[in-house]
Amino acid sequence: MIETRGLRKSFRSRAGRETKTVEAVRGVDLDVTAGEIFGFLGPNGAGKTTTLRMLATLIEPDGGQATIAGADLLKDPGEVRRRIGYVAQGGSTWDESTAREELVLQARLYGIGKAEAQRRAARALAAFQLTEFADRKCKTYSGGQRRRVEIALGIIHEPKIVFLDEPTTGLDPQSRAHMWDEIRRLRTDGMTVFITTHYLDEADALCDRIAIMDHGEVVAEGTPTDLKREISGDVVQVGLDLAATGEAEKLLDGEEYVNRLEVLEEGGLRLFVDEGATAIPRILRRIDGAGLDLKSIELHRPSLDDVFLTKTGRSLRES
Amino acid sequence: MKLARDTWLIFQRQLHLLLRNPVWVFVGVFQPVMYLLLFAPLLKPALNAPTQAEAYKIFVPGLLVLLAIFGGLFQGFGLIAELRAGVIERSRVTPVSRLALLLGRSLRDVVSLLAQAVIITLLALLFDLRVFIGDLLLAYLMLALIALMTSAVSYGVALKVKSEDALAPLMNTVAQPVLLLSGILLPLAFAPGWLQGVAKWNPFSWAVDGTRALFNGDISNDRVWQGLTIITVLAAAGVYWAARQFARSVR
Repeated sequence: MIETRGLRKSFRSRAGRETKTVEAVRGVDLDVTAGEIFGFLGPNGAGKTTTLRMLATLIEPDGGQATIAGADLLKDPGEVRRRIGYVAQGGSTWDESTAREELVLQARLYGIGKAEAQRRAARALAAFQLTEFADRKCKTYSGGQRRRVEIALGIIHEPKIVFLDEPTTGLDPQSRAHMWDEIRRLRTDGMTVFITTHYLDEADALCDRIAIMDHGEVVAEGTPTDLKREISGDVVQVGLDLAATGEAEKLLDGEEYVNRLEVLEEGGLRLFVDEGATAIPRILRRIDGAGLDLKSIELHRPSLDDVFLTKTGRSLRES
Repeated sequence: MKLARDTWLIFQRQLHLLLRNPVWVFVGVFQPVMYLLLFAPLLKPALNAPTQAEAYKIFVPGLLVLLAIFGGLFQGFGLIAELRAGVIERSRVTPVSRLALLLGRSLRDVVSLLAQAVIITLLALLFDLRVFIGDLLLAYLMLALIALMTSAVSYGVALKVKSEDALAPLMNTVAQPVLLLSGILLPLAFAPGWLQGVAKWNPFSWAVDGTRALFNGDISNDRVWQGLTIITVLAAAGVYWAARQFARSVR
């Protein structure tokens, strides 16, 4: 549904007398399949929004190629516009207009006739539970309501693919969970959804596949599960008395499925293994067989932050 | 066809929003009305005009041109608010004609200017100003073209600078000399030769002369067609340039 090769963009910025060229996006290759929620994850300033704005025809790439919903981005941006929807990060509604007016106008800007535009607006308002506020001015809406109007605006022309730039930034937890449901519903309706986010949990919970971007480049791509498995396996934490810890360490250190082992100061071990599910029974058997008193056992799965840390050397939370 | 349809859509929306808050039309007309009531009475003695009506024939056309220039030049502020709200970006991802994004807005400005011009003209009628309707309509055409040009330029500049803080001094810097060099407040006939020479290069001084001739019932005066031609060309150039700003990718 989206295929990009070597997409590039640099900006010139002036600091004093010197002009500096900032390479915001340096050669991005992406393959997004129809019907998936594709997440674009990375810290602020990584080039996510620039890439998104290129794909949405808002800025012209300096180089590279892209095909979006079958149309060539560089040769035929007009056709791309007809096939995509785009919801900006900073909002797109006018305080003094009502949701219905905005929706009807937006549909009409896509060339849809007046009667059909009104029908679609009514349908979108119902689908996003906005009918009640439809004829109130946008400035009276809550953050979550406003965001729903904006998403409705982005899909009023029934695009094949919709780009959502940080759709949940600034929403309270409840509205956020609500928004996730709305986004999943878009996928159910057959749309391909491309979102950017800097929330790890969002990428993890919502996206079928993700690409991690840093300093203008894609540093990793895959399903959240694959990415996590690929980098660090699982961590099994074993709770033991201080006395038993030393003995357990000797027992488990040589096991071939244990990649690395850490001794905890308060007693107990952290075992780095490829797959926790198969390692746990073996660990249990070893400890039990030696007659040691096992107090607890926990399985930690690595987070996307661990993935980010491995790929970039920084934690997403710090950057 | 698509251009006309898209322009109409944008125009309708902008006009609708304006009419929802029509107070702005009256705020815009307040300053010229003050000039009309508080400044114009000084003119009969100052200009040595035989009657008050004669003085108004000189002053009112200038005032209307002033209104068209200033009203247009400051429309960019509204666009910056729209940019900030994301409305422009939302339009730019649709296949809507880029020229229509500009024309729809500028035509709304022209309509609101003409409404203000009618208010001023009606008030001036109370002070014994008399104009032939045909001449008046031609004068309104001149005003419409001026407003089209200045509002388009203002939108283009707004898209370039993207901030009110930059737009306000910029527009003032342009507007002040344009105003003083166009003989709007007093005819340049009183000016020394060098000043008249400089003013010849100000297109608005031609527009003011043309509009004055029309208010004077002197439709065959060369300044009428000259002023209209100059302003038409400039309006076309202004619209072309500003439409390109709408089409260009902004970061």
